[in-house]
Amino acid sequence: MIKLTLNGKAMSLDAAPEMPLLYAIREVAELTGTKFGCGLGLCGACTVHLNGVATRSCVTPLSSAQNAVVTTIEGLGNDETLHPVQAAWLANKVPQCGYCQSGQMMSAAALLASNASPSDSDIETAMQGNICRCGTYPRIKKAIKEAAGNIRKVKA
Amino acid sequence: MNGIRSLNRREFIALTGRTGGALMLGSALGVMGSVASAKNVATPTGGAGNALGVFVTINNDGRVEIICHRAEMGQGILTSVPQIIAEELEADWNQVSAVLGKADPKYGNQSTGGSASIRRFFEHVRQMGAVARDMLEQAAADRWSVEKSQVSAHKHGVVHKTSGKRLSFAELAEAASKLPVPNVESVSLKDSANYSLIGKDDIALQGMEDIVRGKTIYAQDVRLPGMLIASIERPPVVGGRVKSFDASEAKKISGVIDVIQLKDRSFPVDVKPVSGVAVLATNTWAALEGRKKLKIEWDHGANVTHDSELYKKTLIEKVASKGKAARVEGNVYAHKFNAGRTVEATYTVPYHHHMSMETPAATAHIENGRCRVWSGTQTPQWGKTLVLEELGWDATSDYDKVEFNTTFMGGAFGRKGKNDFTIEAVELAKATGKPVKVVWSREDDVKHGFYHSIAANYLKAELTPDKRSDNWIQRVVAPPIAWIFNDKTTHLQDGDLSLGFADIPFDIKNLSCETPEVTTHVRTGWLRAVGNINNAFALGSFVDELAVKAGISTQQMWLNLLGKDRSFNPRKEGFEGYTHYGQVDDGKVIEEYLLEIARFKGVLNEVVEKSGADKQLPEGQGWGISVAASFNSYAAAATKVKVVDGKVTLLEMHTAIDCGLIITPDRVRSQMEGAMIMGVSMALESEITVKNGAIVQSNFYDYPVSRMPQIPALYVHLVKSNAAPGGVGEPGLPPIMPSITNAIFHASGIRVRDLPVKKMMKV
Repeated sequence: MIKLTLNGKAMSLDAAPEMPLLYAIREVAELTGTKFGCGLGLCGACTVHLNGVATRSCVTPLSSAQNAVVTTIEGLGNDETLHPVQAAWLANKVPQCGYCQSGQMMSAAALLASNASPSDSDIETAMQGNICRCGTYPRIKKAIKEAAGNIRKVKA
Repeated sequence: MNGIRSLNRREFIALTGRTGGALMLGSALGVMGSVASAKNVATPTGGAGNALGVFVTINNDGRVEIICHRAEMGQGILTSVPQIIAEELEADWNQVSAVLGKADPKYGNQSTGGSASIRRFFEHVRQMGAVARDMLEQAAADRWSVEKSQVSAHKHGVVHKTSGKRLSFAELAEAASKLPVPNVESVSLKDSANYSLIGKDDIALQGMEDIVRGKTIYAQDVRLPGMLIASIERPPVVGGRVKSFDASEAKKISGVIDVIQLKDRSFPVDVKPVSGVAVLATNTWAALEGRKKLKIEWDHGANVTHDSELYKKTLIEKVASKGKAARVEGNVYAHKFNAGRTVEATYTVPYHHHMSMETPAATAHIENGRCRVWSGTQTPQWGKTLVLEELGWDATSDYDKVEFNTTFMGGAFGRKGKNDFTIEAVELAKATGKPVKVVWSREDDVKHGFYHSIAANYLKAELTPDKRSDNWIQRVVAPPIAWIFNDKTTHLQDGDLSLGFADIPFDIKNLSCETPEVTTHVRTGWLRAVGNINNAFALGSFVDELAVKAGISTQQMWLNLLGKDRSFNPRKEGFEGYTHYGQVDDGKVIEEYLLEIARFKGVLNEVVEKSGADKQLPEGQGWGISVAASFNSYAAAATKVKVVDGKVTLLEMHTAIDCGLIITPDRVRSQMEGAMIMGVSMALESEITVKNGAIVQSNFYDYPVSRMPQIPALYVHLVKSNAAPGGVGEPGLPPIMPSITNAIFHASGIRVRDLPVKKMMKV
């Protein structure tokens, strides 16, 4: 039994501690917004925030989340309000098939939490671990900049 | 069009469980009885379909629900089909929601491939919206006791033209639903000048908010109570079998419930499973862990000798000599080529894999003599037929015992047109009596795909003094897709040769297009643009080489070879077998889909003008251009690169597309962007190789696809056209690879004829 805070809710997940966090989230907590893509931490589809850090959940054992705060795409915004990254994704019509986009948005949100005005090169560095086979990279880049601008405006 | 009728209120409630009045266009088909749904999968509220394939429901509150019967894999058809219906219906787009349809022939053709959803079915989809509008107008006319000609639908309501009186769709829905459905031929369609949704850029896309909230349900996400997860170890070589296996260690893994050997399958491989050993567990991780403990001895079969490097050499040898003629004009073999004016080259592309972000997955449950399936497939009706066959059920009398649900697909690119993974789920659901979800790992996906065929193209042409060509030989060889259905197949088929090969639209006096004999050793399949990939790479490269030889621009070389503006019908110019992904109906090429030379030139000139590809560049930089027509659309690409110390860097890329009438401009742009990015992967670094009959690659580290830092600024130029709608999903890809390699040549003098580029340069 692993205790953690998942999307703001304290809970215990009944699964083997060595089970990858990805499967604990998808199959035990039944939150399927986090996706399987490669199983080796190569594609970023499974990205979640573990104590605020963008983490590949497919190569992270559930035990690493003991007493930790985990956020998935379902917890990035809330029912009423989208996170600025989600809003920018929507405004820029970023997704095609959408499958990788949960991971893309989680990586983007983590980037913006630590860097309010990322340059193109900052964005490329932060996002190069997230693959999109449909080819949405230019729109992702644009959406991240737009989200950054909106976050700065709110803070100003 | 036969059999359309409106469902009465009682039937509607019975079907949908809703109590609202509604106008629903449907037909009398067997509707699934009440069945428990997957825990997290929304099923269409309208369960039935109609011959047009589209299903319109208007609720009492005025909301319109439209079923999208075509499969959504990222191309945006979930928006485009409802958008066309809403246009003819005069519906308010903000009050329209779209739902994926189940497999049902009453919808019409659901096989989503060949860039065909709009290209082939635009008129039918329009008619479906127009029929619904006509019924609403009739209901309003009845209410006001006036002629139908006195009223017209406008902005989600119907207006009486002289008095200005208005009734909303919500007020009319119930009455309209009780009216007879008009003949589709009798309803009028909108003049394109009056479109308010089609071609508009500022409309919201369907399904986007669910995606950004992580709520979209893909095949991997389906959950049923008591479901087992299956992970399957498959024979490494096509045609291989399990000789023996030991599951004792696998069964010790906590969570593993069962280990089951799948049945052997014979040639032709078809789109069936390839057998193997399945580990079934309560969760995916346990299934994967159990699988690691399996001990299996394989009988690899005859294809164990297949080696793609050696095979490629034989393909190159094959195209060096004459093959079976596909198209002959004049007599090129009577011509003595002048070496000084002749260019001769062979181009090769490797096997490719689709590498959709979502690996294949399907869920099945057989209970009380019924089978329910949830699959991320491009071909739901074909899938349903295969399910019936797998279960030994009658294709007609048992048809309604199978409920085949489609989910969103996390990419597909042709791979998910094959339902092998769906049938695996059915086979295991039958064996266990439990709901089973088959999930493919990335390694499973890479090693057991249906690959784009490795190919060699040979071209030889002599330039005329006026820098055209009157003597041209071209050959292509590749393991044909038809082999999976008939393992006696020894040649590419007419359909393959119609993909930018024997349909070459150049004005050439003596032309021979040939294809040599070949053997096949892996599962071959459709991958975005299919044979256009190698054909356009070869032709696009070769025209560039001819231009260099002639000392003119590549643009001018294309214009010279294309010749006079004309409508080009390959069937009338020596290629009688010409067929083009549904372009041929009843043996006749549809007149509006002839190859138009002016449109070829149009996109070529557009991309050069918009990109500035004809301008001088500094040392070490180069532009490359190419153009291709496929799936009734025309696309040209221009790529700028720099090459420094043998390292290629992309600087900018442009695509101009003429796809006829555009329905959803943003999704055309997104498809072109995606095609450029996939083209970068294919040109620079992706490659599937085979050793000892088995696929060498296994994941993103050895089948790399483009990542964000590799992608330069991308520009899409939409060419305005009133021509019939062409394809969009595939046509953007073919010109990309040659545009990149031509740019490399013009930057560095290095000619890449064997993809991917990474084999000879740093990328």
